[in-house]
Amino acid sequence: MEALLEPIASLFGAAWPAVWTLAKIVAIIAPLMIAVAYLTYFERKIIGYMQVRIGPNRVGPLGLLQPIADGVKLLLKEVLVPSATSKGLFILGPILAIAPSLAAWAVVPFWDGGVLADVDAGLLFILAITSLEVYGVIIAGWASNSKYPFLGTMRAAAQMVSYELAMGFALICVLMISASLNLSEIVRVQGQGQFADMGLGFLSWNWLPLFPMFVVYLISGIAETNRAPFDVVEGESEIVAGHMVEYSGMTFALFFLAEYANMWLVSILTSILFLGGWLSPVGFLPDGFHWLAIKTSMVVLMFLWARATFPRFRYDHIMRLGWKVFLPVTLFWVLVVAVWIMSPLSIWN
Amino acid sequence: MEFKTFVFYLLATVMVFAALRVVTVRNPVHAALFLVLTFFNAAGIWLLLQAEFLAIVLVMVYVGAVMVLFLFVVMMLDINIDRLREGFWSYLPVGAVVGVIMLAEMVLVLSGPYFGLDAMPEPPAAQAGYSNTRELGRVLYTEYVYPFELASLVLLVAMVAAVALTLRKRTGSRHLDPAQQIAVKRADRIALVSMPAEKE
Repeated sequence: MEALLEPIASLFGAAWPAVWTLAKIVAIIAPLMIAVAYLTYFERKIIGYMQVRIGPNRVGPLGLLQPIADGVKLLLKEVLVPSATSKGLFILGPILAIAPSLAAWAVVPFWDGGVLADVDAGLLFILAITSLEVYGVIIAGWASNSKYPFLGTMRAAAQMVSYELAMGFALICVLMISASLNLSEIVRVQGQGQFADMGLGFLSWNWLPLFPMFVVYLISGIAETNRAPFDVVEGESEIVAGHMVEYSGMTFALFFLAEYANMWLVSILTSILFLGGWLSPVGFLPDGFHWLAIKTSMVVLMFLWARATFPRFRYDHIMRLGWKVFLPVTLFWVLVVAVWIMSPLSIWN
Repeated sequence: MEFKTFVFYLLATVMVFAALRVVTVRNPVHAALFLVLTFFNAAGIWLLLQAEFLAIVLVMVYVGAVMVLFLFVVMMLDINIDRLREGFWSYLPVGAVVGVIMLAEMVLVLSGPYFGLDAMPEPPAAQAGYSNTRELGRVLYTEYVYPFELASLVLLVAMVAAVALTLRKRTGSRHLDPAQQIAVKRADRIALVSMPAEKE
């Protein structure tokens, strides 16, 4: 690989590191965008089957070109900027919605060593970047200068701050047993242990000893991405589309892309933190990116499944679940794990 | 010019500009957003100083949580700029005193060489495998554990006080306990009555 790149590297000279990093970014973002586009197709098909419908089947064979058609339609539509809006912020909103959901991918390890930026504080970086996602919604809702977007904004701000806490505590448990904030290291630690030595790797992943945290993280992830049954931010039966009411064309599409990119992000993080990342579930099969892809797709399927299954939560129930159920449970579990690690029964030495 | 220097000046320029806008811009929401930009650039400068933990926590706590709630409040306020400007002259002496104190402190920090502060030894260079987060955690929970716990206690007291100050029992609230709702059995709601058919 190094020898192969040598002639290209000499072509660019001193600018090579920047060019090479840019190439890597494109290599992550381009497949991600395709995955996002086809997640919409996947979602409509899956929910269709769950509700005994067929789903999209008109554009292309099996409806496979539907996401492309949707994308082209949104690109060609006019971007309307209502006259009573705060212009600059109105445009900034969608940009701030999509930017963090792409930036977070910088520290995601796809296979052993396959990561754009192998930073020590990767998990903290993810927490910080994902906490910025709410700004897109807040700015969009305020700049729209309209009632429904503003209501959506208020809901989003409260909801995302509430569930971030539970998510943070769940992650604290993970980093306590991994003794590292580096995502690659967290995966490597999951490959060690009694069960991994017996060839049953999937039992040594974090989901088993941290099962309550796994569940809390998954549910909080759905709430953080504002997906059903936590989608009161959009709540089409109450406030039309929340913060997206005044947006059209590509500005609307950016919110849409951000939401689906976030779904992939939360899913891949769940796979990395709790389901062993690129590790193979059994000893006799080789590790690799395909395992991460399979696990991530399974978690995404859970998202769609939840959407097809559960009715929307009432707003006060969302707040109650976040503050009165998840927060005490996670706080208690942090204590349990801390005691567990220091006790002779610890399995992480 | 070294690339690092360039990044520093870029971050510093944007930060000073944003900080200036925080106090000069008329719309409070814009001011809050400029404050977010200021925090962000400050985090960038801390990253340049290899204080990665502090930088990321600044973004996470201040930008990700504090400013969100701040915006939440500011957006809902119906602020009249003219009314706000009324008290300007009466507040000026207080503001001036605070400003002078801050200026004096900054002069003390920036004129370190004059006061002989440059005689302090340089911090040792980071070794391989050095983790800023780990070191900070170690120092906080060993050497400074009592001040640290004390600080957390102060925060807890503030939190409890804030809740206690705003807590009020609302009358006429139709709040239902979800646990009670879920626990409802069929027998609580429906009574099947067996009665003979009536003839006309």
